[in-house]
Amino acid sequence: MNLVVFSGPPSSGKTSIILKIIDALKQREVRVGVVKFDCLYTDDDILYEKAGVPVKKGLSGALCPDHYFASNIEEVVQWGLKLDLDLLITESAGLCNRCSPYIKEIKGVCVIDNLSGINTPKKIGPMLKSADIVVITKGDIVSQAEREVFASKASSVNPRAITMHVNGLTGQGAYELSTLLIDKEKEIESVQGMELRFPMPAALCSYCLGETRIGESYQMGNVRKMDLGDDYE
Amino acid sequence: MSNLSIGKLIEKYPFVTTYLDENKLDVTGYEDLRFEEYLNHFSEEDIENWAIDKERLKEDLEIYINQMKEFLGIDDEEAVSSLTIIAGHDKSMNPEGFKEFTINKSEIISIVGPTGSGKSRLLADIEWTAQNDTPTGRSILINGEVPDMKWRFSSNNKLVAQLSQNMNFVMDLTVREFVELHAQSRLVEDVEDTTQKIIEAANRLAGEKFDLDTHVTALSGGQSRALMIADTAILSSSPIVLIDEIENAGIDRKKALDLLVSKDKIVLMATHDPTLALIADKRIVIKNGGISKIIETSEEEREILKKLEEMDTFIQGMRSDLRAGEELTVKN
Repeated sequence: MNLVVFSGPPSSGKTSIILKIIDALKQREVRVGVVKFDCLYTDDDILYEKAGVPVKKGLSGALCPDHYFASNIEEVVQWGLKLDLDLLITESAGLCNRCSPYIKEIKGVCVIDNLSGINTPKKIGPMLKSADIVVITKGDIVSQAEREVFASKASSVNPRAITMHVNGLTGQGAYELSTLLIDKEKEIESVQGMELRFPMPAALCSYCLGETRIGESYQMGNVRKMDLGDDYE
Repeated sequence: MSNLSIGKLIEKYPFVTTYLDENKLDVTGYEDLRFEEYLNHFSEEDIENWAIDKERLKEDLEIYINQMKEFLGIDDEEAVSSLTIIAGHDKSMNPEGFKEFTINKSEIISIVGPTGSGKSRLLADIEWTAQNDTPTGRSILINGEVPDMKWRFSSNNKLVAQLSQNMNFVMDLTVREFVELHAQSRLVEDVEDTTQKIIEAANRLAGEKFDLDTHVTALSGGQSRALMIADTAILSSSPIVLIDEIENAGIDRKKALDLLVSKDKIVLMATHDPTLALIADKRIVIKNGGISKIIETSEEEREILKKLEEMDTFIQGMRSDLRAGEELTVKN
């Protein structure tokens, strides 16, 4: 079974792109399954069900969705193997620009959209920088100039990735993307012992542990202060 | 290149500043260090806080420089002068209604067929330079040969530029800033001259003129389309331009197509507007996911086009009179 990790900011078009990929792969009789990770709520699983593929969702609740991903991915892989899938796709919540749930030996795809502004490539950390494939969406509603500028900016923070334009509405480019996800040599039986591409941030301050009160005396652990300067004098 | 100091590296490859900037690496004061030495100045805390991957940044810089060098080195020999489509089949696996179809640069081909008939698929086949490895079974040749895989995977050398009627400007910049930004990303040397050329070309197409200090978001529909077309013609590196309808308001469509053709582009135009469809040398008819036939624009159709253009000029004239606040009269 091949495993592919999809990541990307909210509303960038991850679900639409995955649905179009499913369409393309069904024509080739590839068995696909999807696991959607999110924080509090998602109804994307209904969309995948409608598309006729096995789907599970995992809501991380009070935990960081990416940490939750890392602690559940092995079980998810075993679920996919039990269903005898050819391709298992996981879709991240994409809540935080700092993290990415990519795993070293597993293909990682980052979906970003042209509408999110020209500085997006700068704002997104490892989620974009360490992806194998960068998919740029919503190219049909911005000017060609912006498409080119955006793609060149994305490529300057991750020059080794394959950068593709895929249209989540018409599916243009989705078939092509789907061919890049199936790779006999990358088939896996388990992700046990594999490593994340990038460490998740060190957390554990008092607020991680449920503190709600504001104030210096309640702050413990990993606390960092903004430098506001002293120009208010 | 790993032996060069950052200062020397920037001198040799000015585009390196884009890489540093996009990766938020401020090298001010470190110009004398090599890139690796510069990366080593980050503390463990910086590395964690800003998610810095030193090894990757070092390797990627090299990849980036090589890509940019390759991009700058594209010369006329490699220019795309023709595009050939070798027939595949439609959704019902019936063979397409042609064998092989070659489009040369400066040619205009229109594409007709109902929504969902397979226009996007045709375009995707071209963009991906299909080699009998897409659902249609088509193959694409460039200059008569099986194309280099770079067209599939390079982010700065895309084969197809698109102009569709839903396109908008998202950035809130002045026309000057906007064009400059695009010119810089294409590593154009004389940015000012190019900017000037684009605004002049755009103003020749637009019904109402605008200047460099206008915000792109404040342009009218016609002006926006004029700027997008002029910008794509002059600045885009893609040799093939796909146009998805050009609305007939506030822009001289004939001149727009002439401009694209004069820049050696191959123009594919999805349209059901007879004035546009008949300007094309040939038109591709799409049905059930396949090309059912290719029609050459006949003499009779060219006569019809003349009539349509007269009507068009008449309507455009009325439009400008209205804009100028005049009363309409039937002129002869």
